[in-house]
Amino acid sequence: MAKNFFDKVRPTFSEGGKLSWLHSSFDAFETFFFVPNRTTRKGGTHVKDCVDLKRLLIIVVIALMPALLFGIWNLGFQHSKVFGLGWGFWQMVWYGFVKIIPLYLISYIVGLGIEFASAQMKGHEVSEGYLVSGFIIPLIVPVDVPWWMLAIAVAFAVIIGKEVFGGTGMNIWNPALLARAFLFFSYPSKMSGDSIWVGGLNKALAGGTPWKGGEVVDALSGATPLSHASLDGLSAAGTSAWNLFLGDIPGAVGETSVIAILLGALILLCTGVASWKIMCSSVLGALFVGWLGTSFGVTDIPCWEQLLMGGFAFGTVFMATDPVTSAQTETGKWIYGFLIGALCITVRLFNPGYPEGMMLAILLMNTFAPLIDHYVVSANVNRRLKRAKTV
Amino acid sequence: MSDQIRLKKGLDLPIAGAALCEVTLQVSPDLVAVKPTDFRGMVPRLLVKEGDSVKAGTPLFSDKKCPEMVFCSPVSGTVDAVVRGDKRKLLAVRVKADGKKEAVRFDVPKISSLDKKGMTEMLLKSGLWPCLKQRPFGTVADPQAEPKAIFISAMNTAPLGADWDFTLKNDLAAIQAGIDALGRLTKGGVHLSLAAKNYAGSEFHKLSGVIFHQFEGPHPAGNVGVQINHISPINKGEVVWTVSLPLVAVIGRFFLKGVYDACRTIAVAGPAAINPSYAEVPAGVCMADLAAYFPKEDVRIVSGDVLSGEAVGADGFLGFYDDQVSVLKEGNYYEMFGWINPLRSKKFSVSRAYPAFLRRKKYDMDTNENGGERPFLMNDVYDKVLPMDIYPLYLFKACLAGDLDKMEQLGIYEVVEEDVALCEYVCPSKIEIQKIIREGIELMMKEM
Repeated sequence: MAKNFFDKVRPTFSEGGKLSWLHSSFDAFETFFFVPNRTTRKGGTHVKDCVDLKRLLIIVVIALMPALLFGIWNLGFQHSKVFGLGWGFWQMVWYGFVKIIPLYLISYIVGLGIEFASAQMKGHEVSEGYLVSGFIIPLIVPVDVPWWMLAIAVAFAVIIGKEVFGGTGMNIWNPALLARAFLFFSYPSKMSGDSIWVGGLNKALAGGTPWKGGEVVDALSGATPLSHASLDGLSAAGTSAWNLFLGDIPGAVGETSVIAILLGALILLCTGVASWKIMCSSVLGALFVGWLGTSFGVTDIPCWEQLLMGGFAFGTVFMATDPVTSAQTETGKWIYGFLIGALCITVRLFNPGYPEGMMLAILLMNTFAPLIDHYVVSANVNRRLKRAKTV
Repeated sequence: MSDQIRLKKGLDLPIAGAALCEVTLQVSPDLVAVKPTDFRGMVPRLLVKEGDSVKAGTPLFSDKKCPEMVFCSPVSGTVDAVVRGDKRKLLAVRVKADGKKEAVRFDVPKISSLDKKGMTEMLLKSGLWPCLKQRPFGTVADPQAEPKAIFISAMNTAPLGADWDFTLKNDLAAIQAGIDALGRLTKGGVHLSLAAKNYAGSEFHKLSGVIFHQFEGPHPAGNVGVQINHISPINKGEVVWTVSLPLVAVIGRFFLKGVYDACRTIAVAGPAAINPSYAEVPAGVCMADLAAYFPKEDVRIVSGDVLSGEAVGADGFLGFYDDQVSVLKEGNYYEMFGWINPLRSKKFSVSRAYPAFLRRKKYDMDTNENGGERPFLMNDVYDKVLPMDIYPLYLFKACLAGDLDKMEQLGIYEVVEEDVALCEYVCPSKIEIQKIIREGIELMMKEM
């Protein structure tokens, strides 16, 4: 049935048709429903593997699902807790759902809108890369971020971060992180502080709206555990390592629950979509610097607990492993991942003003990934040159 | 005892329709063709015209750059047609066989009495020279060059490839003669690679005058380019020659019988082939003579293997270097929600994004692209199917950029299209990688 529909409207969008300028968009929708009937071309392989980018990227989206679902519940849970509402499970889920939907709408309408327009202008097929970026962005921004700010951040990330470099596959920085960094540096007041990570709290504080159970705020004034990055601080805020692992704490929607993120990591690793080398070396790097930190008395948090805090787990699993912006060589991946983990914890330990280092660690290493690769590839080139001399 | 090299990277394509080890058809020569397009780096000068009568071994065209290098008719008959394409490019010379089986007789001296110069002249004159390919770039060998060594793969790992232990089982003496002849051309020796798992079972280990190597591993372990990379990689300024094993037998037959006899036993295989098995055919056989193997429906007929062969069509001709015809269904259909189907049990993927890695079965592969073309995104898939000390993605990008220095540094001398064919097969972005390498090689040849 759907096939008939596409067959019927195809001439309109094909060359010479009335809407031929919308060809890329038509193609994007058609290939969403149907794997196209194109056959392999002259001078190439006559058979091809059935995997394509759509498949690989949908797996990343599926891997993100546990973190999203948990985050939706957690939004309601935190709201209910702070405001002393005593909500039931479905009420919490509903609250989170209502909060997150506009963010997704904005992320996809603005982001995909630009992608479609750009593909149209270039006459390319629409690339699926933004499906994942657009899915991640709402998970890593404060849930109360003003919608217009989010729209600008998404537009910035897609246009300046991606399209100017040539689109999907050509970008230097992870677009989702770029959107977050843009928000962070452009609107710091909305992006840091103690109250932004619980839905509705900021507004309530600003407006002086009285709410039931106002006294709760004192005990919870520190929103994310990172603001209390010491054992005393954590226990004062009533946060145990178990809470950090489970994720029933304030924070960005997707990043709080390590257990949900681990589920996603499992999916990514079993399907081989993300590099286990990057994940593994990032954890090693974080453990190493965390251990140095405790050894030299910079912090009293055991190094393994660093792995549970803040955006480390989310960044390691979903953003450091972005195949476009990470190191491209297998040796390079070990170095790249290790440095991300190490830098993240270093920032955390030495910059009390800015406790969350993952975003900057990844963006910095995105910048240096080509350099790492350059040296790895140069080693191969030198091996070849040396071989020529000795023979 | 020879050295044993074990390769882990690569992929044996689980494609259905392997040829059964029996000869089910003997094609007597009818219409055959010699295609100048089979020979890279060669500019043809036509030596015959339509209606001329020729014998097996009569030159049809020669190379403009090296007029001694001739390309001969494989059968006796009359020149049926000279096929030209755009800008009058010579595409094929067709010969209609007369059934008389006349051949040009050559005075063949003893192999051991020939030096390099004499052997080169003999091979050039007899039309056998084009059997030798040259690396870098996979061109026809340059008779002036001094090759470091000559490499022969006696291990066919190509998907549905002919089983040489079967097709060449009666040609052992010819292969030995061919090897002796090739041995006169180089000081570096003739290297022969065998499959490690079948080393003792193969007749080829009885050959003498060669340096044996054993390889183990999935395709492309049988590709001579991959083997060279592990035995003695090609450096800048070096030249090696390669000959495929069936063509070594052709060279040998010439020295045993004194005639140009390029008949061969080919595998006709593939998921769409009827009764996939072997056929004895003249060189350059017309696909119409093999029609018994092809179904009526919309199929693609490929001279060569499914990864790097050429689609020639039902009235096309077998390539000079090929000993295999693959038959595939055309995949011009739409597949609803194919990419989101969790199982997709009819299609194979090497990626664990599909559960195909859990299944042990052969697939009826077709020519569907299974997706649209996208920019390079995944960076670790190519490396896993290229068992060479090369960073494939960087080499491809250097070729795309036309950066000659980078291409040279990253190993363009060591690969030809067939070596990277699996990279193209697995590419989730559906990029035409063999085309990229081909254009890279053509650019290098033009600039050097």
